[in-house]
Amino acid sequence: MAAEAVGSGGGSPSSARRRLRIISGHLRGSGRAALSPSPCKAQGGPAGPAAGSIPKKRQELLKWNGWGYNDSKFIFNKKGQAEFTGKRYRLGGMVLPTFKEWIEKTFGASLEHKTTSRASLNVNDVPPSIVNEEFLQDLRATNISYSQDAEDRVFRAHGHCLHEIFVLREGMFKRIPDIVVWPVCHEDVVKIVELACKHNLCIIPFGGGTSVSSALECPEEEKRTIISLDTSQMNRILWIDEKNLTACVEAGIVGQDLEKQLGESGFCTGHEPDSMEFSSLGGWVATRASGMKKNIYGNIEDLVIHIKMVTPRGIVEKNCQVPRMSTGPDIHHFIMGSEGTLGVVTEVTIKIRPLPEYQKYGSVVFPNFERGVACLREVAKQRCAPASIRLVDNAQFQFGHALKPQVASIFTSFLDGLKKFYITKFKGFDPNILCVATLLFEGDREKVLQHEKQVYDIATKFGGLAAGEDNGQRGYMLTFVIAYIRDLGLDYYVIGESFETSVPWDRVLDLCRNVKERIVRECKEKGVQFAPFSTCRVTQTYDAGACVYFYFAFNYRGISDPIHVYEEIERAAREEILANGGSLSHHHGVGKLRKRWMKESISDVGLGMLRSVKEYVDPNNIFGNKNLL
Amino acid sequence: MLLHSCSCKSRDQSCFMSHSLFVCSQQKELTSKKRDEFEDILEERRLSSDLRYAMKCYTPVIYKGLSPCKPNAIKTAVLQSEQVQYVIKQLAKEMGESPDIIQEEATEILDEMGHSMQLGAVRFFISFCLSELFCKYWSNIVCSVFLFQLQHAIQEHPVVLLPSHRSYVDFLMLSYLLYTYDLALPVIAAGIDFLGMKIVGELLRRAGAFFMRRSFGGNRLYWAVFAEYVKTMLRNGYAPIEFFLEGTRSRTAKTLTPKFGLLSIVMEPFFKREVFDTYLVPISISYERILEESLYAYELLGVPKPKESTSGLLKARRILSDNFGTIHIYVGQPVSLRTLASGRINLCPYNLVPRHLPQKPSEDIQEFVSDVAYKMELLQIENMVLSPWVLVAAVLLQNLPAMDFELLIEKTVWLKGLTQTFGGFIEWPDNLCAKKAVTSALALHSNIARLVNGHVVLNDKGEEDGAIGEIVFKRALAILMCGNYRNQLLNVFVRPSLVALALQMTRSFRKEEVYSCFSILRDVFSDEFIFFPGISLKDFEEGCFLLTKCDAIQTTQQEIYLTDKGSVIVSFLSAMFRPFVEGYQLIFRYLSKETREAFTEKQFVPGVRNFVFQLLEKGNTQCYEALSSDMQKNALAALVQMGAVKKKKM
Repeated sequence: MAAEAVGSGGGSPSSARRRLRIISGHLRGSGRAALSPSPCKAQGGPAGPAAGSIPKKRQELLKWNGWGYNDSKFIFNKKGQAEFTGKRYRLGGMVLPTFKEWIEKTFGASLEHKTTSRASLNVNDVPPSIVNEEFLQDLRATNISYSQDAEDRVFRAHGHCLHEIFVLREGMFKRIPDIVVWPVCHEDVVKIVELACKHNLCIIPFGGGTSVSSALECPEEEKRTIISLDTSQMNRILWIDEKNLTACVEAGIVGQDLEKQLGESGFCTGHEPDSMEFSSLGGWVATRASGMKKNIYGNIEDLVIHIKMVTPRGIVEKNCQVPRMSTGPDIHHFIMGSEGTLGVVTEVTIKIRPLPEYQKYGSVVFPNFERGVACLREVAKQRCAPASIRLVDNAQFQFGHALKPQVASIFTSFLDGLKKFYITKFKGFDPNILCVATLLFEGDREKVLQHEKQVYDIATKFGGLAAGEDNGQRGYMLTFVIAYIRDLGLDYYVIGESFETSVPWDRVLDLCRNVKERIVRECKEKGVQFAPFSTCRVTQTYDAGACVYFYFAFNYRGISDPIHVYEEIERAAREEILANGGSLSHHHGVGKLRKRWMKESISDVGLGMLRSVKEYVDPNNIFGNKNLL
Repeated sequence: MLLHSCSCKSRDQSCFMSHSLFVCSQQKELTSKKRDEFEDILEERRLSSDLRYAMKCYTPVIYKGLSPCKPNAIKTAVLQSEQVQYVIKQLAKEMGESPDIIQEEATEILDEMGHSMQLGAVRFFISFCLSELFCKYWSNIVCSVFLFQLQHAIQEHPVVLLPSHRSYVDFLMLSYLLYTYDLALPVIAAGIDFLGMKIVGELLRRAGAFFMRRSFGGNRLYWAVFAEYVKTMLRNGYAPIEFFLEGTRSRTAKTLTPKFGLLSIVMEPFFKREVFDTYLVPISISYERILEESLYAYELLGVPKPKESTSGLLKARRILSDNFGTIHIYVGQPVSLRTLASGRINLCPYNLVPRHLPQKPSEDIQEFVSDVAYKMELLQIENMVLSPWVLVAAVLLQNLPAMDFELLIEKTVWLKGLTQTFGGFIEWPDNLCAKKAVTSALALHSNIARLVNGHVVLNDKGEEDGAIGEIVFKRALAILMCGNYRNQLLNVFVRPSLVALALQMTRSFRKEEVYSCFSILRDVFSDEFIFFPGISLKDFEEGCFLLTKCDAIQTTQQEIYLTDKGSVIVSFLSAMFRPFVEGYQLIFRYLSKETREAFTEKQFVPGVRNFVFQLLEKGNTQCYEALSSDMQKNALAALVQMGAVKKKKM
């Protein structure tokens, strides 16, 4: 699966229960996907796909040239105030009074300078579908649903990298899939892979389409027919094993459906990458995804018990579903992170947990970033990190602040003022230096309260002040709306993207400072006329280090080739990360975007090891998306 | 690299030189632009009182990330640093001693080493004493500062100041300069021998000097403490760090080959990405007349250098009753280490070991450090200011024992043109006629040469005729002193001159042959002059280019031809370097004939000296410069490098 587990946004705004409410809200709007006529018998499950949140015709619900749902976006209303439309998110329908000023101040952007995307996809620009008739005949014989429609194909030709969205808005991809197929079960996938081998065609698996590593882009030089294998119709939970707390799930299920359906039985996986509304289970496996609440539930490699994958060489799986085994190198680790180069993940057995009884947000203000990092390090050392703990720098704190909706009453505004006064005047925090940690606790009520106290006690030692639940919640909201904000920025000459890394604790501060500085420098050198917005947060903590997440955006007015400039700067930022002892990627993956650094990252021999697996499993490069290697 | 147009002069432009009208080439434009940058910092000093200067409102530009701290806080931080603690624990384990004892030792090292910069002391020392001295004994101190760039660099990044080192006066020169320009005062790496001078040592300490032992390669504790002390100051942006790449004062006015230790220490925080960047500032300090001129000549001839002592310094005041002309300070453009390193080095080794562990730099890094050191020295050389006397000395040395005054002037003017063609940077006011320039140069250096009956002669005679040995010694002294001024020209001349020498030696027109001879000469003289490592061919091409530029040669793909005009130039150039060629020949002769087996380095210098001395007494050679211990050591070092001589530890 080439789907990226964690895109640049799209998390849930609120507690688990709220999350579920929202998710069930999504359902009402979406039509039921057409049932495939092919009889597909899986153990115990019903035949055919379950009703998913994302329809087969994705364009009916999702933007064709931007992030997320058609009805959800940032706009400037008639009064010139920013507003978030739709009813899907907590921010929906709310006016954000200070947001416009923040944009103008941060980017030097002005509402008068606007660029507009093409209104709709121009079907005439789309490269023609070239599929040989013999294959089509074979395919029809399998009764697997397929489409050669231009919109369907373009929708599956990209992920959500800046350059991909830019192409959608202003141009057209040189190469896109020739045909989209929708298998509804494991056996369908086996048939498709067999046909592809028989006719020597190229398969690119497609899950949720949230990749941010150019993983879904079709190699321009690919001469064979490209089949986009859309797993979205393989979305059933096949069984739930309450004794062992595992569930066997088809790999095409998207995060929100998985959590909703497990929730109906009182369970969850707890895997919540920020893209969980759209990204799929198979995509998580294929990219080694990480979830926000990994401190309790673990990352995908901790969650997976069993994987079934269809490869040109045959099916790969284990003979049992056990917590651990010593049978040579774990074959799961060839699959996790293979980014669609080896085969299609069809079924995954994943750990599940009872739904938590209680959830609580929180936040802590620190006088500066250094103190904040020191506190997170201490929390990690004592191994008492809550479900999620994140530390945002000052710029991101101000960003979050700008997204504050209009306050309802004078009383709240008075309270806000009082809080601000206390922190800045009484405690002497500089509002332009302070930073905020956001917290999410989960578990049974008593333990959560106890845990909360422990973490706040540590924070106090590092000069932290508790800053309320509301600030914490808004922090998490930021992660899911930021992807929508990029679409707004694109309308006003502002382009941006996020990238991430993992780094040992002792280098966190140096890395953050140097990368931000490098971005500022590179912008200046490349002729960017306005100071860039570059900000970071420490977004995950581990025993030996942390995951750092960067946002970077700038106003490109006056630059003729903004995407090229953007890519050069991002490349420089990545070089800087590597020079500072950071990794090539913590969870976004490599795709085609970061391939050039693979040798440096895992050594020649390491790369050779991966290549030899590829050569054995897929000698004819049927899975030819050219990711990773 | 050299010049961006920079208009940073807020003060009155004391345009002490107007544009040179010499040759209208780009080089010249650069040169004259360079001149406009200079201003006299003593002028203002002379107009107002020292007290007012000392009390002036000093609000320096400092590093943006600086968290202000006292010198003692730095020491504490160093002592408690992971780096030092790690070494302490290691040593304790290895030697079976208590860490407390080693910690104690570290504290002592720090106390010996650390500066205790106090603004009060700096104000007193720099502005009061130095102003007094400077104004009295030097006619001008003129300096050119890329003020804006330096200011910017100091604000944005840790800065390392790398001045040339010709005299003790260098030590506080930059502090004086930065104080005048309202920039952060530097901390200065000084040799431990200064601490032998009672009051001066402590005064220097308060003025920001910190002290390093001359050799501490084997002492891991010392190395750890010293390196961490320097790096802590650098990382905190506590102050610009000043040290001399040459490691010691050059006794010959030629730039010495660089030392890498301290440079690699200041570069390490960048390699480990503890800082975003570090700026290196090459600074050239040129003296019209060097304070220690005769002292150096004695030292080169083997009369031991007096130990630094306060009374010695007071005696030196006697020398100070003279006039020492002008000091030129050229603060070059700050060079970004990040830019230098970009694409060149693989930092992976640093990522695989915790950063506080002492780590031997990879070969890659060592090579980079060496390249940077040479680059900085070449930048220093480029911006050295040459006085007319330097030209006079060079001409005079080729026309001993006496030279017609008019001819000297004529030749000097000719050499001036040649020097400028080669990119030399000469202080020669346009409105000053040649005769006046030469006369005043002779007046300033009357201790070396004087005018007698229309002829210029060296002061190479004692008051009475002594023994033959005495005569040779006196003559050697005068020639070395004079030679030390000529030496200032050599780094500008070395590339075309070695081509000229190679042309003469091979008597060939084939480029290939000339180049291979050039290449050998370059290797032989690799410790004598500064060459960027490994670019022999480029140096050769530059030499050829400069000779072509002054119409001395014409080149085709394969061949080199001497022009009519060329023979004069080529023979002048080769004569200029002849003392080195002959000197090295003598040294090699000594080695092949006089030494049968292994010898110690200590025996070597006196051995050669006696050998040459005898030849001189017998009149079998005229190469007095072979007596220079500097040349002898350089020759030996080159031989070791080329594998002709082997060094063994006994």
